[in-house]
Amino acid sequence: MTPLAGYLILSAFLFAIGLGGALTRRNAIIVLIGIELMLNAANLNFIAFWRFGDHPEALTGVIFVIFSIAVAAAEAAVGLALIIAIYRHYQTTNVDEMNSLKG
Amino acid sequence: MSLPFLIIAVITIAAAAAAMTLRNLIHCALAVAGAFVGLAAAYLNLSAQFVGFAQVLVYVGAVAILIVFAALLTRGGEPSQAAVFSPPWFAGLGVTLAVLGVLVWAVIRSFLIRRELVPAPEAAVKQIGDALMHKYVLPLEVVGLLLTAALIGAVIIALKEERKK
Repeated sequence: MTPLAGYLILSAFLFAIGLGGALTRRNAIIVLIGIELMLNAANLNFIAFWRFGDHPEALTGVIFVIFSIAVAAAEAAVGLALIIAIYRHYQTTNVDEMNSLKG
Repeated sequence: MSLPFLIIAVITIAAAAAAMTLRNLIHCALAVAGAFVGLAAAYLNLSAQFVGFAQVLVYVGAVAILIVFAALLTRGGEPSQAAVFSPPWFAGLGVTLAVLGVLVWAVIRSFLIRRELVPAPEAAVKQIGDALMHKYVLPLEVVGLLLTAALIGAVIIALKEERKK
């Protein structure tokens, strides 16, 4: 197996683990952690393709990952603020119990 | 397959799996910090030093701590006796396995993976800074605006609701 395939399969496993957690866990914070893992798997793909691509001197993959990390940080801050606001309202972080809008 | 890559891959996948399956929320946050460190090691192994250190700073330093704070603020630190997984967890597991199967199949069947190791590209911090300041200066400004808006929004969302009189 070539190194690129190894990194792509590692990234596929990370994405699947994150997706599994986001789909099956009941705690909203763990769902957010799963989404972060999926974003990181995408970042690993960018870096792997940049490293083994034809034009690594263009730095496209690195720049994209830097922007992606910034967006993911903003997403984590807003997501955790939403979870805290919902917890204050419903006294729960269980996504199965958050089933009404305009509560 | 080099030995460092195998060690990094095993540690990262084990930490990620632990983060998604453990019962105690604080243990999950620590495990996901371990997975982020493993990813940073993978970036260093791919000779993307700046991204590796940015990963350590942003994810291990900020996001993991943020998750721990959210867990403590929502009393998630106490392990609950209720089930960890939602009742239709087998449906989620099926979707997950299907996605994993498709991804691994696509990777293995792709012609791109026959690419052999090319000489390590230069990605010094100076070049990244030059690229950010010249070619990518507009996206950089937009990201700055996005971060400001997101942080103000996060503070406003998490503010205490005022009681209506």
